[in-house]
Amino acid sequence: MSVDIVPTTVERARVESPESRTQRISTGVLITVIGVLLLWMAFTVDKSGQIALSDAFADVKLPTLDVPGTATVLLSALLVLGAGVGFITGRLSARLRFVAGVAAGAGVLVGFIVWAAASSSLPFTLTSQLNLTLEYATPLLFGVLSGVLAERAGVVNIAIEGMFLTAAFAASLTFSITHSFVAALFAAALAGVMMAGVLALFTLRYLVDHVIIGVVINLLASGLTGFIYQQLVAKNLAAYGTVQPMQAWRVPGLESIPFLGPILFTQKPLTYLGILAVPLVWFLLFRTTWGLRVRSVGEHPHAADTVGINVVWTKASAVLLGGLFAGLGGAYFTVGSVGAFQDNNPTAGNGFIALAAVIMGRWNPVLAALMALFFGFARALAQTTKLMQLPIPSDFIEMLPYLATIIAVAGLVGRVRAPAADGMHFVKSH
Amino acid sequence: MPVTAQHDAPVLRLRGITKRFGSLTANDSISIEAVPGRIHCLLGENGAGKSTLMNILFGLLEPDEGEILLGDKALTLTNPKQAMAAGIGMVHQHFMLIPVFTVAENMVLGHEPGRAGMLDLASARALVRDLSARYKLDVDPDALVEDLPVGIQQRVEILKALAHDATYLIFDEPTAVLTPQEIDELMAVMRTLRDEGRAIIFITHKLREVREVADDITVIRRGKVVGQAAPETSEAELASMMVGRAVDLKVHKAPAQPGDDRLVVEDLVVASPTGAIAVDHLSLTVRGGEIVCIAGVQGNGQTELAEALLGTMRPLSGRVTLDGVDITHSKPVDTIKAGLGYVPEDRHRHGFVGEFSIAHNLVLNNLDEYSKFGALDLKKIRDNAQARIKEFDIRHGGSHDQEVRSLSGGNQQKVVLARELSRPLSLLIASQPTRGVDVGAIEFLHGRIVEERDRGTAVLIVSTELEEVESLADRIAVMYRGRIVGIVPPDTPRDVLGLMMAGVAYDEAVATTKGAPA
Amino acid sequence: MSQTTAARPRPEWVTTLITTVASLILAFLVSAVVMVVSDAEVAATWTYFFAQPGDALSASWDKISSTLYAMYVGSLGSWVAITNTTAEAAPLICAGLGVAVAFRAGLFNIGAQGQAMVGALSGAFVGFTVTGLPLAIHLPLVILVGLLAGAVWGAIVGVLKARTGAHEVIVTIMMNYIAANLLAFFMLQKAFQAPGRADPISPVLEWSATMPRIADTRLHLGFLLALLAAVLVWWLLDRTKFGIHLKAVGLNPHAAATAGASVSTVTILTMGLAGGLAGLAGVQVVTAPELLTGFPPQMTGTIIGTLGFDAITVALLGRSRPLGVVLAGLLFGALKASRRTMVTMADTPDKLTDLIQALIVLFVAAPAFVAWLLPFLRERKVKRASVPIAKVAEA
Repeated sequence: MSVDIVPTTVERARVESPESRTQRISTGVLITVIGVLLLWMAFTVDKSGQIALSDAFADVKLPTLDVPGTATVLLSALLVLGAGVGFITGRLSARLRFVAGVAAGAGVLVGFIVWAAASSSLPFTLTSQLNLTLEYATPLLFGVLSGVLAERAGVVNIAIEGMFLTAAFAASLTFSITHSFVAALFAAALAGVMMAGVLALFTLRYLVDHVIIGVVINLLASGLTGFIYQQLVAKNLAAYGTVQPMQAWRVPGLESIPFLGPILFTQKPLTYLGILAVPLVWFLLFRTTWGLRVRSVGEHPHAADTVGINVVWTKASAVLLGGLFAGLGGAYFTVGSVGAFQDNNPTAGNGFIALAAVIMGRWNPVLAALMALFFGFARALAQTTKLMQLPIPSDFIEMLPYLATIIAVAGLVGRVRAPAADGMHFVKSH
Repeated sequence: MPVTAQHDAPVLRLRGITKRFGSLTANDSISIEAVPGRIHCLLGENGAGKSTLMNILFGLLEPDEGEILLGDKALTLTNPKQAMAAGIGMVHQHFMLIPVFTVAENMVLGHEPGRAGMLDLASARALVRDLSARYKLDVDPDALVEDLPVGIQQRVEILKALAHDATYLIFDEPTAVLTPQEIDELMAVMRTLRDEGRAIIFITHKLREVREVADDITVIRRGKVVGQAAPETSEAELASMMVGRAVDLKVHKAPAQPGDDRLVVEDLVVASPTGAIAVDHLSLTVRGGEIVCIAGVQGNGQTELAEALLGTMRPLSGRVTLDGVDITHSKPVDTIKAGLGYVPEDRHRHGFVGEFSIAHNLVLNNLDEYSKFGALDLKKIRDNAQARIKEFDIRHGGSHDQEVRSLSGGNQQKVVLARELSRPLSLLIASQPTRGVDVGAIEFLHGRIVEERDRGTAVLIVSTELEEVESLADRIAVMYRGRIVGIVPPDTPRDVLGLMMAGVAYDEAVATTKGAPA
Repeated sequence: MSQTTAARPRPEWVTTLITTVASLILAFLVSAVVMVVSDAEVAATWTYFFAQPGDALSASWDKISSTLYAMYVGSLGSWVAITNTTAEAAPLICAGLGVAVAFRAGLFNIGAQGQAMVGALSGAFVGFTVTGLPLAIHLPLVILVGLLAGAVWGAIVGVLKARTGAHEVIVTIMMNYIAANLLAFFMLQKAFQAPGRADPISPVLEWSATMPRIADTRLHLGFLLALLAAVLVWWLLDRTKFGIHLKAVGLNPHAAATAGASVSTVTILTMGLAGGLAGLAGVQVVTAPELLTGFPPQMTGTIIGTLGFDAITVALLGRSRPLGVVLAGLLFGALKASRRTMVTMADTPDKLTDLIQALIVLFVAAPAFVAWLLPFLRERKVKRASVPIAKVAEA
């Protein structure tokens, strides 16, 4: 059609807005502060650190590394400081800034581990640290997928914790009665789906605020499992509260690979399932018709409605599938790890950590799964270093994942974009 | 493709459509028809019920009474899929596009190609290329919609409707976001589609457009059809049909008597939170006693300029003074104290708190005046409310305790304007002061703005409606991509303004329009 | 558009009242069902229901009625029981106000738990380390310290939200865990432990740091303080400039900013206030006298229980209005007060109160759901589904 005055894409000069400038500088200051802390820590150690590459029971013994203490920590500190200064001066391009961020993260990890090893008479067992990481990350992986699926469809999922808890209970009870892992996992998945069903029903049909109903579901899960536990299970532990937890499945052949074998291939079946589920969900979301529709209802439900997509059912399907994953994750807390359900908050806030990982992973299943691994790592670190008698109380090391979450949502995720209609209600308009 | 456009396609009829929302009757027994090969204009004020009717036709809403007939066959439309299958397509007022998806993804959403649930984006891209070649509407299938200018987004929206080869095409207020030249292009597209044998329903409240393109005109008022008109009907006649009484389309104002410079903006740069430069080294002066209108297509930095002047956005550089006092980095609380009156573009979002009473909204930005040591002076707030309600003729159901969200759009805007004009101002900034407001209230609001000017206040109006700009302005500043393209008198020809709104400098725009055949 | 004349709609408060009462009844009904189903003995009688329906019905009725009676005895059955209820209600009201105030500013404060923890810890510390002060100085000092500690803990969240946009839900959840870890750490330090003890338990608080009470009851000063806090919050929200700004930020932050309110300042102050109220609740827990001894319980790592989460239910049931919070606090206080008698008299696990509480807020949060379950409650004219609390939190 005639003269084309309008250009077909917008090209606009971009500069750093005051908001992102503040954010960049505060991130830089934070990294620098951590760097300075590490610098100081470098001079608190006076011996080398022992890093064990295999634990005492491993089939293949690997040598224990002897890493110079002060020098390594110092080097890591300088790396972190460099990254921090890079952020503050603003000389780095966006890509370099990403590299600097990763370098700072790696520096903090290496620096801390070497410092820990050098401050203790015991070696730092890297294999068990990484093995534990996967173990702790397993329920988080499932939780993260539950969160990603729901939130991509525009439903805020703060109810992961409640889904975990109900599923953990259902799995334990079912196993006690049937002595079948398959039945237990099935019951757990069903429990997760049912709690997700409550979330879907109340957010989509009755238009309740997503966060409120999420919190209420968590309370309901706690009240329901707690009461039934006391009323039914505690009165007859032999019949309803006896579980032999799932054993690790050693992948034949692969388990004997030195170093990697004991970490990756001696895990519980649920862990393998969790790891495989991540690419599966990615594929569903980004390579299938259903995924396109799910993402469309999370971004702009009215647009989806006008092309004939059933908005409510599409959202519900994603939430329910998420419930299934959360249910499997919940099973991990009982039949997957410790055994029978105990009425002492067995899920310990993992659902909330999973939610944090979803946000830090920018609603992308793969990134969020990496964040889940990070949280698993941090929790494992508290566990691994507990025995090493470090100068920092373990209570403080246990705080690390929580602090990291706050720092991440405050510093890094502030500018990340959630699905545009996340948490909004869909009501057909006039 | 379900239906192919032909001249002998059956007529689509809506008969006796009634739709109620609670106690509100949005459509009251409306009958209209879409005839292949004709453009049918549906003319009505904001809130007359046009969009409701079209949402019914497109299957987004179900009518309480009435029927939809295709030829002599009754249609049941409970969702857009059925409407699309029947050959109905719609170009929505607020584009139904997903900003973070590509053009191709948007185009196939809901009708995705591919087998076994797998997404086949290659054929989606091919579809976009085919369509844009066939209708000569150029778009890049891989561009993200949010990166496209609104004019192109509209093309995507039109192509989306054509992807299903719709015989009956609804255009819902499509011109609101376009420059005059783009509007001309759109009219040309509509005529082409009509000549191919499609039926077009064109919804608008702009009289000029109706007269230019319509084959048939139906006027709707308060949910009822008030009559048909021929395209030759005069604008005044159409306006009085639309409003229900004779309306005066002119704003009566004496010539401006500008005084000293009050608002001086020098070299202002404002960036959006994503870092895009929205206001680009802009300089502008508004004198006391004059109305300067900023004309331009939406999204060229007007919003950011207004917000930076108020102080809700932080400028990157430059200087703003009001009566000689530097307010460049002042916060809203300070600019308001300095005498800035502010009528925001989106009143629901920025203008008032819907759940608050009229009385509270009337003092919302002036609470210091109505409280002692932080405690509210309830009597003073009440007295103020009664006085303002009377002065501005704010029509409400019961009392000043009524929630503002329950008022009509025009009365809501009166609440905002009453609040701003009830204190001494040195500068009034009003963005889209009459958007979504019925004609009766527009006359009143324009009158009050002119009154404020005559009191010696500097007035800055931001509007995308050229009619409003032309009738209200003493000077027009045309804004394009964050810059002022030129400042021109209000009697500048519309086609010159249109070119300037697309970034063409004044001299060049005058030369171009002179060169072209009239 | 034309307005058709319609019957005057039901006033909003009547609708609210009806929904609330219906929610309470529904919650008790559902709990009764769960109670019967999950009791192995009672459930067993249902397996031969068709043979002997009397057994099943009477067993179920016995279970339900004995539990209800035990609840009545524990919460309202005597003067002591009633004061037990007020004593349990006091911290719930304070913490509930903390959640409610934040709600009104559009902030979901899930952090009352952590705020109450730091309030209790710091208040208790002043309560057992400082000695020799008169009650008129010591007790206010304890309250003030706990309140300030909670306020700081809450304000941190406000600052993070205002400065960086970090979502308060995530941050408050994390702050809860950090508070729990801090509490665990401090309770194992010598300065916080009772002499001669290695486990996390503190010395007994000084008498001068204990809430005065009416002798031989649990009606203590703390309950009056809770009521006073409710009145102050009402005044602040409804009668002051700050209150208008707070509510405006909650309902429409853009309009509030345009009208000159500083959204950051309101956010920080509100979270500080919310944290202070939750901190006060924490102080209440550690300074309220026990019925028999007249001394408050010793501080432990678990003394806060689930106060912070109960507070959310109180705020939701109370519709974030001060009067509503007081009434909801009394109701849930009564539930808590009935826990002991429930176990001793009816052999029903005390977790039942958690279940009832969760069910009540589930129904209260979804008036549309209640209206669907109980269609006869609906007005004849179908009204647009409006969710008042949801609105507040959403903004």
